[in-house]
Amino acid sequence: MEPQTDLVAMHMSDGIVNAPTSLIFGVVAVLGLAVCVARARRDLDDRTAPMAGLVAAFVFAVQMLNFPILPGVSGHLLGGALCAILVGPYVGAICVSIVLLLQALLFADGGLSALGTNITNMALIGTFVGYGVAVALRRFALRSRAGLVVTAFVAAWVNTVVASLGFVLEYAIGGQGLALGTVFGLMVGFHALIGIGEGIITALTVGAVAAVRPDLIYLTRSAAPSLQIKSQGVTS
Amino acid sequence: MTVGAGHTHALHRPGDSVVHRLPAHVKIVVAFLMVLAVVATPREAFAIFGLHFLLLVGIWVAARIPPGWLAARSLIEAPFVVLAVLLPFFAAGPRVEWWGMSLSLDGLLAGWNILVKGTLGVLISVTLAATTPLRDLVSGLSRLRVPSMVCVIATLMLRYLEVIAAEARRMRLARLSRGHDPRFVWQLGATVRSVGSLFLRSYERGERVHLAMLSRGFTGSMPAFTTASASRVTWSVALLPAAVGLALAISGYWVA
Repeated sequence: MEPQTDLVAMHMSDGIVNAPTSLIFGVVAVLGLAVCVARARRDLDDRTAPMAGLVAAFVFAVQMLNFPILPGVSGHLLGGALCAILVGPYVGAICVSIVLLLQALLFADGGLSALGTNITNMALIGTFVGYGVAVALRRFALRSRAGLVVTAFVAAWVNTVVASLGFVLEYAIGGQGLALGTVFGLMVGFHALIGIGEGIITALTVGAVAAVRPDLIYLTRSAAPSLQIKSQGVTS
Repeated sequence: MTVGAGHTHALHRPGDSVVHRLPAHVKIVVAFLMVLAVVATPREAFAIFGLHFLLLVGIWVAARIPPGWLAARSLIEAPFVVLAVLLPFFAAGPRVEWWGMSLSLDGLLAGWNILVKGTLGVLISVTLAATTPLRDLVSGLSRLRVPSMVCVIATLMLRYLEVIAAEARRMRLARLSRGHDPRFVWQLGATVRSVGSLFLRSYERGERVHLAMLSRGFTGSMPAFTTASASRVTWSVALLPAAVGLALAISGYWVA
């Protein structure tokens, strides 16, 4: 891949929030992940490890892919809503968290002390809010492929904006410098734009998957009719 | 980004120094404590950050990492510098005139706070990554009681990351060679269709990997990671820099 300019959609670094806040959100992230690990086993049983491992590799690879937002400004996919719709919120949150953990440990991308806040925002809030929106619109999504695509767009947009509200919350608790209104305006404004890119990619990706293997999409999977055995004889 | 062969990675710098030989779980704990110490240092204690830096220089000497190598790799922090630079303009409070610009004092301090802590944090992370091979990092996590499922997922992810990334690169190359050059949001069609296929290929590979694991006797749990434990002496020596860092952070409250 060519050198990238990730001007937006960045992970929080060390020093943006103070130490107690970092620790609090570290605990939040650990507790949230523990719940996800327990529930993911129910979704995938013995397939959990290989499936989640490959989906996490996919998220990592997709985060390397930049898309243009405005000329000169590019962002990359966070993938929370995408994962939640494709593999479910629990597996999705685990995958995004592992990606964030390894990015911090291996690539110094996102501060170690900010790991808790980053996981809370992008993996927990992002994935679950995205999934919540998708479930709320599920009836619409089941009706047609267009409905599914629109649902995915809305879920990804809301996911991005709400994840940025997570940042605002953390900044309100342990940040210094800016008035809260300014942080709110900057973050929400920026992420409303980023969310459009995230939404389009998520929507079209979900659409592309639905066209080939609709059985894989977690959001609509349980609604697929199971095979029925009909005992009517064949008449000639 | 290159992640080669499952045991090296972009930031790893193989070596045989004291720092390289430390067990990974010890290094992870020390790195987390040092970053916390940096973050807990009050922003007005300017000199203390210099001492934090000197502490890191000491570790680099012990690990034999040249400064130029580190400088090139810590550029990853470049994006968040933007936020630090914006702060003096947007923050409230008393303002100072500097080169014809009206800057907020509080914002300057807050910007400095993010800049210095972010930089030191990145340097600590890069040092950890430079001295720890990938496999040790995951087994170190498992030794720190990270749930085994998370470690197994992380191992599999790292093992297949290069496969998936190479697949993504090939698809991108294929798009480019067919004249694809997206500049605007509405030209994303081809890109996202390949994201879709990338997901399908990853997921279906996962299904094949699962079948391969089953046929080799997988029953739902993985063999435990075996890693060297650390003696009490190793722990106390390794925790020394972290203890110095924490002492620096606490002394910062007197200096400031």
